Amino acid sequence: MRENVLWSLIVVFVPFSLVSIGGGPSIFAGIQHQSVEVYHWVTAREFVDLFAIARAAPGPGSMLVTLLGWKVAGWTGAIVATLALFIPSSLLCYGVTKMWNHYRGRHWHTALESGLAPIGAGLILAGVFAVFRIAGAGILSWAVAGVAAAILAWRPTLNPLILLAGGAAAFAIWHGMVPL
Amino acid sequence: MHPTRAPVPLVSLFLVFFRVGLFSFGGGLSGWIYREVVTLRGWMSDDDFFSGLALSQILPGANVTNLSVYIGQRLRGPVGSVCALTGLVIGPFFAVIALATAYAQIAAMPWIQDAMTGAAAAAIGLLLVVALKGAYSASRRLVPFLILMATFVAVGLLQWPLVPVALGLAPVSIAFAWWKASSDA
Repeated sequence: MRENVLWSLIVVFVPFSLVSIGGGPSIFAGIQHQSVEVYHWVTAREFVDLFAIARAAPGPGSMLVTLLGWKVAGWTGAIVATLALFIPSSLLCYGVTKMWNHYRGRHWHTALESGLAPIGAGLILAGVFAVFRIAGAGILSWAVAGVAAAILAWRPTLNPLILLAGGAAAFAIWHGMVPL
Repeated sequence: MHPTRAPVPLVSLFLVFFRVGLFSFGGGLSGWIYREVVTLRGWMSDDDFFSGLALSQILPGANVTNLSVYIGQRLRGPVGSVCALTGLVIGPFFAVIALATAYAQIAAMPWIQDAMTGAAAAAIGLLLVVALKGAYSASRRLVPFLILMATFVAVGLLQWPLVPVALGLAPVSIAFAWWKASSDA
């Protein structure tokens, strides 16, 4: 029975690993469908909670699957689900990266690299907006992000933990004084 | 890879990604990685990092796990990839389960959620610095800058799907870089 559950985790998450183009957000809807409606690992309500926890915790948002595995089959489930989601895409990425670095120095490789760099930078900039949109961020979020960015531009080697603590304090104090 | 430079110790590689994984709230992970790998340690160049980042986003998988595989491979080969990826994921693995265990208690303390939102917002500031850094280095030439802006507008503002946009702009951008390199040579 337990083996069946672990096997289901692998069967569900390995394909998601290989189609998660653009990262975690592209597969969350599919994961929800499988784990709530198809396999009944969690209820819809539990899924939303787990999603919120994975977003609040450090690390990639796709650690959501770690929680699903943990919920279904404890520590073993957590490990199996995490490996099932991260290993296939990482192996593929490793293969591509190895080829990519093998041809380093060739003329076409230099062109590819300097051609891809502005796209990577544009995607990061877009990512900043996307994160804020998903979080439904208010003016205070933008202010904290702007101040943090300005401080880091001024002192690039400053430990970011200080900024995170500052942001956390700003929010806690703000909401303490201005009840929602 | 860098014949003139001593290889990056595997332990350092692991520890850098371990720290990034454990302390990165709210999706600022690429910003942290840039800071650790490029700004503080000079392990790779801007172009190297940003092109790796574009690859990481185009390929399936979480962007940061792909980026850690890329950087690990670049610096130390297969063992490097394993060290970077393991370092990145092991902290959050335990953190996320710990948080789920304590979720009921935490949900009863709204200020903790406020604090976490605040920390996440500051983390976005980190990402913003990297984005502006990339924009600055692209803006020395017109075409790369236009490519960057087009990517941002299409994916960020218009919310078009990332992969078709990246694959559509890549040939233009690469053709320009090819032409530029040929005419400079």
